[in-house]
Amino acid sequence: MVDAAQSMIQPVKARTTRSGLRKFFERKSTIAFFMALPLMLLIAIMVIYPAFYSLHLATLNKSMQRFVGFGNFTFLFKRETFWMVVQQSCFFAITAVIFKALIGFVVAHLVHNLPDKGQRKWRGMLLVPWVIPPAMSTLAWLWLFDPSYSAFNWILAQVGIGPIPWTGDASWARFSVILVNIWAGAPFFLIMYLAALKSVPEQLYEAAAIDGANWWQRIWYITLPMMRNIIAITTLFSLIVTFANFDIVRILTAGGPLDKTHLFATWAFRIGIEGNDIPLGASISLFMVPILAIAAIFILRDINKRGNEA
Amino acid sequence: MTTVTIDKAGPSRKTKIGSMSRDRKWALRWSYVFLTLFAVFFLFPPIYMFITSLKTSAEISAATNPWWVYNPTLSNYIELLTSNQFLTFFKNSALVSIFVVAITMLISIPAAFALARMRFWGSTTLATGVFLTYLIPDTLLFIPLFKMFATFAQWTGIELINHWWVLIFVYPTLTVPFCTWIMIGYFASIPKELDEAAIVDGASWMQTLLRIFVPVALPGIIAATIFAFTVSWAQFLYPLAFTSSVDQQVLPSGIITTLIKGDVFNWGQIMTGALLGAAPPLIIYAFLMDYYISGLTAGATKG
Repeated sequence: MVDAAQSMIQPVKARTTRSGLRKFFERKSTIAFFMALPLMLLIAIMVIYPAFYSLHLATLNKSMQRFVGFGNFTFLFKRETFWMVVQQSCFFAITAVIFKALIGFVVAHLVHNLPDKGQRKWRGMLLVPWVIPPAMSTLAWLWLFDPSYSAFNWILAQVGIGPIPWTGDASWARFSVILVNIWAGAPFFLIMYLAALKSVPEQLYEAAAIDGANWWQRIWYITLPMMRNIIAITTLFSLIVTFANFDIVRILTAGGPLDKTHLFATWAFRIGIEGNDIPLGASISLFMVPILAIAAIFILRDINKRGNEA
Repeated sequence: MTTVTIDKAGPSRKTKIGSMSRDRKWALRWSYVFLTLFAVFFLFPPIYMFITSLKTSAEISAATNPWWVYNPTLSNYIELLTSNQFLTFFKNSALVSIFVVAITMLISIPAAFALARMRFWGSTTLATGVFLTYLIPDTLLFIPLFKMFATFAQWTGIELINHWWVLIFVYPTLTVPFCTWIMIGYFASIPKELDEAAIVDGASWMQTLLRIFVPVALPGIIAATIFAFTVSWAQFLYPLAFTSSVDQQVLPSGIITTLIKGDVFNWGQIMTGALLGAAPPLIIYAFLMDYYISGLTAGATKG
């Protein structure tokens, strides 16, 4: 009797659980979860885990057998090269971003002034540096800066200026890496600012013109306030990318002369991969985090703010 | 529309009637002058690459005008395009880029759809997280990844370091967050009525994505594809850190590690190699410039 009842209940129960499971799989949130699962796995395994793993690595000694706590950091603080890298990274990133933003702003206005038909052609030409892989274009600059066959020095020689040691002298090398970074990064600002300029309502300028505003007042009181958001976001983005730059410095100077042009990334590569001191390399690259975090917070705040407005 | 904005010579326009249009003409002329200067600044390195690529080693080391080619030759191109080594780099680069683009699209399109349309527990946090991952640079991750791969080889015996295909697993960390982010933006701009109608008609979520969202958001998908391709084609740090033997290199790292041999720089070949390496993104850009630009601007303006 009991057995019979049991056997009668069993299939019913099985059916309900199975349909419950099916319902679970048919639920919108479950499907959505599985659609986003590959993304979550990728981020967890290849980004978040390595990021925390590098925190762990930074606390080991060179052979990675022993825990040394903050040993690597205190070691770095005592080295002169480290402070040089800190200084150079900040100087490099800030100078390059300022000039990229200025050039981008000016050129965006120039392109915006053209008749609509010609804009496309000019925009196409001015964006080329951004399209070429930075490793490839930096090779061209390396050749332009060549100590014995520099094409720049040839031009300078025509007007009687002596050869400039573009990558041989510390100050010139610093100038050169910044110049190449500006060259490669300015088109990004140009295109962002151009998009922003197009979104400023024309009526504002017309009203300003009627009120007798000159071009400077128009830029200061209309263009800049209207573009404030884009300018902030683009600058922060570029600050992150420039601060974490590797390709240009690596190819152009490899950190030389005498480690004077090293950034965090190139120095970490030199120590961590080439010098086989993975923990020290990891500690060096971790110093990028505070600046990245600050920039990220500002970007996020800005994006959330705009999300709320919309 | 440009009329009022340009007028750089504003203050001087009170002189005569009709001077406003003359001022405008002058402003336009000055715009062209400065734009030409900037175009020269932006374009001369690639042009100089091209000039050098047409020269023989003898002409490069001669003391003639470096900005002019006296005896143009295609020997550098022929030499590189028949060298197995260079073709291997090209093949590796192409394979890596194609696989990465495919993986990126397979991961980011469904994820973006789920995040833009189908809320689930933690989906908003995940969307923010995707954006934050996009801000984590490769230069922060290459050392822990290097060590992770070494440990993985110790555990399983599968050697990941120094194989070109390891890049297929690594590059999506750079492409997927950005592509997901811009796809979320594109999907969010699609009217809700469209997918609601599809669901009411009995379409499954998968069908809604494939039959409605993908076709409607195609411009965004193309822009994301181009972005993923460009990033994986140009990436330099990861191949430099993870591959070392000549037959496992991709183009950017291969050109730099093999064509630069000690102190002997064969500049003609280096420039030719760099130009050929830059060619695929440049060609795509020449034909699909608008998608290129929309992808670039969408990343920071949408969302």
